Amino acid sequence: MATIHVDGKAYQTRDGENLLDACLSVGLNIPYFCWHPVLGSVGACRQCAVKVFKDAEDKRGMIVMSCMTPVKDGMLVSIDDPDARRFRAQIIEWLMLNHPHDCPVCDEGGECHLQDMTAMTGHDYRRTRFPKRTHRNQDLGPFINHEMNRCIQCYRCVRFYRDYAGGRDLDVFGVHDRVYFGRQADGALESEFSGNLVEVCPTGVFTDKTLKQHYTRKWDLQMAPSVCVHCGLGCNTTPGERYGTLRRIVNRYNPEVNRYFLCDRGRFGYEFVNSEHRLRRTLVDNEPVERSEAIRRVADMVKAGKRVIGIGSPRASLESNFALRQLVGPDRFYQGFGEDERRLMAKIVDILRNGPARTPSLADMEKADAVLVLGEDLTNSAPRMALALRQAVRNKPMKEIAAKVGIPEWSDAAARTAIQDAKGPLFIVAPTGGKLDDAAMATLRCAPNDAARVGFAVAHALNEKVPAVEGLGEEQRALVEAIAQALREAKRPLVVSGPSCNSEDVVEAAANVAWALCEQGKPCELSYVAHECNSIGLALLGGGALEEATAAIDAGQVEAVVILENDLRRRVGQDGRGGRSGHGGSGNDSIAFVLLDCLAGEEKRGVYLPAATFAEGDGILINNEGRAQRFVQVFTTDDDIQESWRWLVDVMVACGRSEAAAWRTHDDIVAAIAQSIDVFGPIPRTAPSADYRFAGQRIPREPHRYSGRTAMRAHVNVSEPKPPEDVDAPMTFTMEGAQTKPDAELTPFFWSPGWNSIQALNKFQEEIGGPLRGGSPGVRLIEPRENATVCFFDRIPPAFQTRAGEWLIVPTRHIFGSEELSVLSPAIAELKTRSHVGMRPEDAETLGLKEGDEVRVELAEDQVSLRLQIRPDLPRGCASMPQFLQHLAGLTLPQWAKIKGK
Amino acid sequence: MLTETERREIEHEVQTLGHRRAACVEALKIVQAHRVWVDDEGLRDAAAAVGLTTAEMDNVATFYNGVFRRRIGRHAILVCESVSCFVCGCEKLFEHLKKRLAIDAGQTTADGRFTLVPICCLGCCDRGPAMVIGKDLHTDLTPEKVDLILERYS
Amino acid sequence: MTTTPLTQNIRPGREPLSLKEYEAAGGYQALRKAIKELSPTDVQTMVKDARLLGRGGAGFPTGLKWSFVPMGPDAPRPKYLLCNADEMEPGTFKDRLLIEGDPHQLVEGMIVASYAIQADVAFIFLRAQYDRGAERLRRAIAEAYSAGYLGKNILGTGFCLELQMHESAGRYICGEETALLNSLEGRRAIPRTKPPFPPVVGLWGKPTVVQNVETICNVPHIVNGGVSWYRALSRCEDGGTKIYGVSGKVNRPGAWELPLGGVTVRQLIEERAGGMRDGLKCRGVLPGGASTDFLVEQHFDTPMDFKSVAKAGSRLGTGTMIVLDDQTCPVGMVLNLTHFFATESCGWCTPCREGLPYMENMLRAIEEGRGEERDLAALEEHCRWLGPGMTFCPLAPGAVEPVQSALKYFRDDFERHVREKRCPWR
Ligand SMILES: Cc1cc2nc3c(=O)[nH]c(=O)nc-3n(C[C@H](O)[C@H](O)[C@H](O)COP(=O)(O)O)c2cc1C
Ligand code: SF4
Ligand code: FES
Repeated sequence: MATIHVDGKAYQTRDGENLLDACLSVGLNIPYFCWHPVLGSVGACRQCAVKVFKDAEDKRGMIVMSCMTPVKDGMLVSIDDPDARRFRAQIIEWLMLNHPHDCPVCDEGGECHLQDMTAMTGHDYRRTRFPKRTHRNQDLGPFINHEMNRCIQCYRCVRFYRDYAGGRDLDVFGVHDRVYFGRQADGALESEFSGNLVEVCPTGVFTDKTLKQHYTRKWDLQMAPSVCVHCGLGCNTTPGERYGTLRRIVNRYNPEVNRYFLCDRGRFGYEFVNSEHRLRRTLVDNEPVERSEAIRRVADMVKAGKRVIGIGSPRASLESNFALRQLVGPDRFYQGFGEDERRLMAKIVDILRNGPARTPSLADMEKADAVLVLGEDLTNSAPRMALALRQAVRNKPMKEIAAKVGIPEWSDAAARTAIQDAKGPLFIVAPTGGKLDDAAMATLRCAPNDAARVGFAVAHALNEKVPAVEGLGEEQRALVEAIAQALREAKRPLVVSGPSCNSEDVVEAAANVAWALCEQGKPCELSYVAHECNSIGLALLGGGALEEATAAIDAGQVEAVVILENDLRRRVGQDGRGGRSGHGGSGNDSIAFVLLDCLAGEEKRGVYLPAATFAEGDGILINNEGRAQRFVQVFTTDDDIQESWRWLVDVMVACGRSEAAAWRTHDDIVAAIAQSIDVFGPIPRTAPSADYRFAGQRIPREPHRYSGRTAMRAHVNVSEPKPPEDVDAPMTFTMEGAQTKPDAELTPFFWSPGWNSIQALNKFQEEIGGPLRGGSPGVRLIEPRENATVCFFDRIPPAFQTRAGEWLIVPTRHIFGSEELSVLSPAIAELKTRSHVGMRPEDAETLGLKEGDEVRVELAEDQVSLRLQIRPDLPRGCASMPQFLQHLAGLTLPQWAKIKGK
Repeated sequence: MLTETERREIEHEVQTLGHRRAACVEALKIVQAHRVWVDDEGLRDAAAAVGLTTAEMDNVATFYNGVFRRRIGRHAILVCESVSCFVCGCEKLFEHLKKRLAIDAGQTTADGRFTLVPICCLGCCDRGPAMVIGKDLHTDLTPEKVDLILERYS
Repeated sequence: MTTTPLTQNIRPGREPLSLKEYEAAGGYQALRKAIKELSPTDVQTMVKDARLLGRGGAGFPTGLKWSFVPMGPDAPRPKYLLCNADEMEPGTFKDRLLIEGDPHQLVEGMIVASYAIQADVAFIFLRAQYDRGAERLRRAIAEAYSAGYLGKNILGTGFCLELQMHESAGRYICGEETALLNSLEGRRAIPRTKPPFPPVVGLWGKPTVVQNVETICNVPHIVNGGVSWYRALSRCEDGGTKIYGVSGKVNRPGAWELPLGGVTVRQLIEERAGGMRDGLKCRGVLPGGASTDFLVEQHFDTPMDFKSVAKAGSRLGTGTMIVLDDQTCPVGMVLNLTHFFATESCGWCTPCREGLPYMENMLRAIEEGRGEERDLAALEEHCRWLGPGMTFCPLAPGAVEPVQSALKYFRDDFERHVREKRCPWR
């Protein structure tokens, strides 16, 4: 700890921290641009100038850049010094020389860091009379709008995009006062993290193009704390609504999870909420009916003692899955995963709950100093995790190179210079290459079996108790040794795997590696990817597989099926096994269907209950870490939409089920879950209950500058209606309420006087980049078993053998395309991967095929016609097909297939 | 496509420098030496040869003033406009050149022969005004002298 | 022994000495002596004791810089020695003289300096358009390789050194030593954060020493002649000779090697440069290149050494002076300089990138008769806010030196421009 004296007052700060960070951490204001809590200091903008004095005698002092100055005990600092103030105002004058002053038409207006900083420095009078330089803008694709004239050349964009996220197509061009930030030529940005530019850029150069389609100022948005539903990582988000549609998503800082950044699927996938495919009315056999009528119909089915089964969903909240399980009974509740995935997820949950290895948060993963990734292309299966691991590889060189020559971690440019291309150990062993490969020390592309074998062999090299693997090739043996050594030497080793190979062997091998270290008393963390936002929650809840449900239907044991937020065609196929009904049923007309979903299905037979998305309802999702996180309803609608769990509770009440009669609010059902299932015991702690009050009041979802609330409904009724009441969260759907900073779990948006941009976050943290005041959102449900006796897996799969004339088709996943909801967003759809079959160039050549040719893939039970994509990253004997893209839903991969030209 | 010579020369630089990316400035100079300027295709191919993306290559190319990213004439006339030459009257010389070639700074003559480029100090301040055409340095210039010199370049 | 060691072999208008001729003139003796008789530390100590100050403009003690380089078997490898031959400072033409005039002297200096810091690789970073210098250096380097002065196991001592030349693609900022490192790595020449300093973290993250051409050329002579001889060459407490230059409207512009501090501003103009041309009067000089403050009549008897020039309110800089005569508009002159610096700003830090063009705009307005009274105050403010410590590197602080001193010494001229709404010299 160090004591610094700022303008005569003493403050406690961390030693060695930079002065800007230290001052912001204790709540002082210093304007800044090029510095960013995560990107560190580079000293380019010169905005953060303050004065430091040698000692009490020193009256002149010296102007320094606070971001570049390490804190020293006893330091004398002045922010208020007239020279420092004048200099800071001068910086703003310079930055504004060429700025178009177009705030009224700028999308950043009202949440612009440049506006905030300009106001903070007090610069207000424009002296210059010279012409401004202008730039041409680029088309950067469907996500990001470009307006270069607003640029203040802080270099944050390229520092994030290039240095932090590894993108190679956005850069800075030109020199002196004509530097230009963009691409070499027009075209969609290639990085999966491009959306963060919107928040990283302190002004309106890079703005959200999807927001532009239905633009709303930040102060006019109604917002609530939420959780991303587009993969299993559970990044925290802030969605904003106006006029009944969702307008955008921005990052919501969670120090343990996503911290400052989101992936583009998470940021831009939201538009499915506004989709024309939304189911908004209650339907019976495609005819609108009253809600009560639909509820009655379903209740009748159940009451009549029909044999009803329920099919749950990994993308529905825990509450909804639980309610369905309650309605039909645990024996008739099926998880809604296919059998393979159900088994994998059950195994993963079992490994994490009963083994000795801890499942880390994303923030923990960033701190790892040796990482093995087994069987995942993370950029596509868990994008934000790939970004975290890209930072992890810097830990070792940071310690061994930069720190040795006295460079603090925050001195970003200096650290990068010292480190150069040095990387800490990251090894990726997977069937296909991925964008994270360039950060890896070594990669191996191999069939799933071989990936598992490498894992088993690493585990054996680390710990004799793990069975050995026979018959590894030269290359594999060398790699195994390198991986084992890196993990052995690491202080925070980490193993990452997941279900993407669809291989239990891979999942087991990963556990063996982590456990091999844990067993020797070395804490190795173990993380598994989960594909959907509540895969882990569903796995913890348990239940049968989808195939068991269809078998029951086929066997005529079922009279009614309730399907929860699940398009079964994606899991069990278009036709054949899944049936043509689109309900996963047998096509048997005598079966009654109840569908709860936010999207309308193609088949209209049955009872359709429109389910709330994350934006219209409350719920809890459990991420891959086992962290239960609450999303809070953002806005109310006039449609029939409500949470699936509410529908199901209504049905239960209509059936006269006494226990359900008490479940009127979110708190009620959460309490019920916590009471009835042990593992969910802590979930009431995910957020304060609805009767909690902040300074005696609820928290408003709308900023206090929210405008037009009378006018916006004037065409319906000139008198303002009573605002909807929130029974589920201690929040209001208005701007009235507590103006204090609420608990982290319930912060609807970050705002503080003078801080209108996302940087207001500084004021909500205990220290910059650290915990939020009032804790980190979410509660961990999975902790490793202490003193677990380790039972290593010993079923080592045989080595992969190529087959003449046949290929093992390995599944691939795609950030834009493989996830069901986000592809309904037009921006994502524009970039989505098309269905294809991937082949090695040599293989394609032997068949006389080239990129783009139409080929026939003959699978065991299916034949598909697909375009050929050349993928040099495939291992020998393997080809690839995307899982979950259109036409390719429900395939069981990997499987052997013949591939022919047409 | 890089020509065989260009490829060989770039690869030679990569070998001598020992770091592939370090050869990027050389690669640009090589392309320019063969093509007078660095066109988009040359940029792309040179980038690939040193393991950079086109954005990364253009990032470097647009920084240095010796790399021409716009088409220039067969001969670039680099006229020193720095202080010593200024004191010695380079402004008049520049005006003369502009008039004589009927172009402005940065432009190319209609016949594609010359491009006029103002440049900073050429390090012969004791013999200014000075200019460079190709690899030839010309000093102690006067308008008459310039006219004679231009004749030599076709 | 000679009193003009640096230029003793230079024959104006003729080809430089070949290897044979250079050896015959006593060349490569310093190398033999250093590498065979002295330890690296011995050489470092000699250079330190000789009080050789960097000739690139900042005047930093060379021996001290070398002492920051990690030595011994545990030092990071490879280590680098870089010769800064970028010479793009307007008004500066001394390194060109040395490169073209006696390339072997520079090569020998590079080898001895490399030996002193135990560098494995050395680069000469040559400015663009120095084509003749490039050709001559290339030949000298090749000759040195074939004579066994470069490459593996030099003179059988086990010392190895690779020496390469890199021709810049052109940018003044490349001369700033950390920007130069980035440039050599194939990046934009943006200055680096300091600390760490290059002797600790330099090229490719490894220890690196950057020295000016003239500085390096001094090294063999220190080894050859010894510390006391070298110290005695100068007329001040720092050692050696200095190449001084004069450009502008003088009768005999040129460069001369003279004892450091052994000449005053007036002597340089009157005695060396043959006085002002055509009855012009000298109103002031930039004593050491474009980024130094004007000295005026009252300072003309200042000896040209680092300390004395600093005391007079300017910097010795590169020692090549630019003369402002009484028929040249001082506003026009600082406009020209500011235009140069504004164009050459790397674009990294705000004050330099935005402040210099703003100053240029104001100066151009004044020069073209569109100036306003308030511009003068604004210019003064700019000079303050672009000063040392305010910007990321010394480019901008250097750039404002001529402007701030012109505002001080030629204020009348600025005011006349504003008042008369035209340039009185046009
Ligand atoms: C903008 C700028 C340009 C410079 N240009 C040169 C140059 O062209 N040649 C040079 O030797 N030093 C130049 N320097 C000084 C170098 O940064 C560095 O101090 C010098 O090369 C060190 O060598 P020395 O100690 O031998 O003088 C420049 C400095 C700055 C800030
Ligand atoms: S584009 Fe934005 S982030 Fe990039 S430099 Fe300009 S202002 Fe900064
Ligand atoms: S280039 Fe150094 S201060 Fe701008």
